[in-house]
Amino acid sequence: MPDGILKIRGRVRAVLGDNIDTDIIYPGRYLNVTDREKTPEHLFELTYPEIRAQLEPGDIIVAGKNFGCGSSREQAAAALKFAGAGAVIALSFARIFFRNAINLGLPAVVSGEAAAACKVGDELEINLIEGEIRNLTQGSVLASARLDPRAAELLNAGGLIAYLKQKYSKQEADSCVTV
Amino acid sequence: MGMTLAEKILSRASGQEQVSPDQIVMARVDLALSHENADLVRKSFLEIGVKRVWDPSKIVIIFDHRVPAESEKTATTHQAVRQFISAQEIGNFYDVGRGGICHQVLPEQGHVKPGMVIVGTDSHTTTHGAFGAFATGIGATEMAGVWTEGSLWFKVPSTLRVEVEGEFRPWISAKDLILYVIGQLGAAGADYQAVEFDGPAIRRMSVASRMVLTNLAMEMGAKVAFTPVDEVLMEYLRPRTSGKLEKIAPDHDAHYERVMTVDAGEDLWEPQVACPHSVDKVKPLSALGDVPVHQAVLGSCTNGRLEDLEIAARVLAGRTVHPRTRLIIIPASQQIYLAAMRLGYLETMVTAGAMIAPPGCGPCVGVHQGILAAGENCVSSTNRNFHGRMGSKDSFVYLASPAVVAASAVAGKLAHPAALTEEFEPCLMEF
Repeated sequence: MPDGILKIRGRVRAVLGDNIDTDIIYPGRYLNVTDREKTPEHLFELTYPEIRAQLEPGDIIVAGKNFGCGSSREQAAAALKFAGAGAVIALSFARIFFRNAINLGLPAVVSGEAAAACKVGDELEINLIEGEIRNLTQGSVLASARLDPRAAELLNAGGLIAYLKQKYSKQEADSCVTV
Repeated sequence: MGMTLAEKILSRASGQEQVSPDQIVMARVDLALSHENADLVRKSFLEIGVKRVWDPSKIVIIFDHRVPAESEKTATTHQAVRQFISAQEIGNFYDVGRGGICHQVLPEQGHVKPGMVIVGTDSHTTTHGAFGAFATGIGATEMAGVWTEGSLWFKVPSTLRVEVEGEFRPWISAKDLILYVIGQLGAAGADYQAVEFDGPAIRRMSVASRMVLTNLAMEMGAKVAFTPVDEVLMEYLRPRTSGKLEKIAPDHDAHYERVMTVDAGEDLWEPQVACPHSVDKVKPLSALGDVPVHQAVLGSCTNGRLEDLEIAARVLAGRTVHPRTRLIIIPASQQIYLAAMRLGYLETMVTAGAMIAPPGCGPCVGVHQGILAAGENCVSSTNRNFHGRMGSKDSFVYLASPAVVAASAVAGKLAHPAALTEEFEPCLMEF
């Protein structure tokens, strides 16, 4: 499998606790924003506006268990993705957030060790295929879950829309040939 | 080997004889539900570039989060969705004034049957497990994939079984039971799992009460949740649906990851309350002391049904809402609104000083119809009390049963409905 997005390097922007819910990530009052590119304006708006202010392209968010619990709102994953986050690493993810992240092409990485071991500013290198996070600042190696092949395929394609676009334009092209 | 309900439905939907936990399956989808966020789905769908949805008869769209439109921005998204619905010939559309909250309207209008696979762009889609459906929430882009292909990949969940026996004490309801269970297991206690609620106390429950359990199971991370497909359910379904109804059940030798037993009489002595800002911070009401209440909300996909309005009307009859408190009541659907009107519940409520808001999600999502100011406390029959969920990040939401919401509105502080009888001398009314 090609490396592509499956190897990520970035700096830890924030280390958060357990049960970071979707209202914290993206408040419900802005759900009528349906342009994904505009969602970063409200990322962490009520609770952690400083993260939004400081986030730079490629930055990594680290969190405890059940990250993204609550609503199915895709804006939570979109706001992180379009604000430029390179990945979210958590002890565990709420299932809808996890699927939304992968579908939008935002790597969501499960690691039992990262939340306790990483500090803001640490430089990380994540290998999604090997299931390994190298903390380059601390010189340590942390275990992470290997990405499911289906999720890896979607991430590599750049998300679900790109994946389906490819699939259906190919089908159309094929059917043109047979006709 | 025997299968749980989740395994059984997924095995059929994926055309396999047997499936087991952690297996990835591609399952056909029987019903795809969206509300206002159909606008996001629509945008992703158009980006994919396929011209027609896979099957317009299997898509249901119900506006509920912002009804009627509270801003021009929302009005514009509503309009875009209406145009898409018309262009794609989607017949199952419930606009402002025709439906109510999607999770109430879907079964009420006969769209749900046992054994179905239902996905919805709303996390509380788990509610439909009360009708024997494998029903779960997904994101908007994923839904665009379903609109394109009519199928979706699932990881087969392991199953947690919750057996409930014993008799409920007076004023104790399904809401208290599920808050108790979430308090015991935690907000991530059933992450990725299926939950089967069963046992004599569940089988005696109304369909409306069962929906409270499957709805709130999501708040402990459940992917799907079920209550039994029995005669009580069949009586609800028969007049609303056509075609065959199957009494689908788990196999006797199904494997459960964990079995939890609750005795409704022994474990639930008093009403349960989820304290700010997490649904698993659950305490018995008496442990909270004096908590002044500025706003009380009765409604939502969790507790806005006729039996919820009935118990609130019983509490409110002949009493008045406390001067420091605003009581907002939102029937979950037009049908419930009408029934509550005919039964006189709404008159009782309005006389007591409650404000009735139109069927929909109300202030639950924090967009309109009762936003909280900094420093305010709210007792609510809804499903989430996250930081800033209903307004200011410095407001506080306590989740409780409809009876406690109504009693607290009268007392002006968190209160047990039984305590009112002495303190507030009701004028009794016949129900």
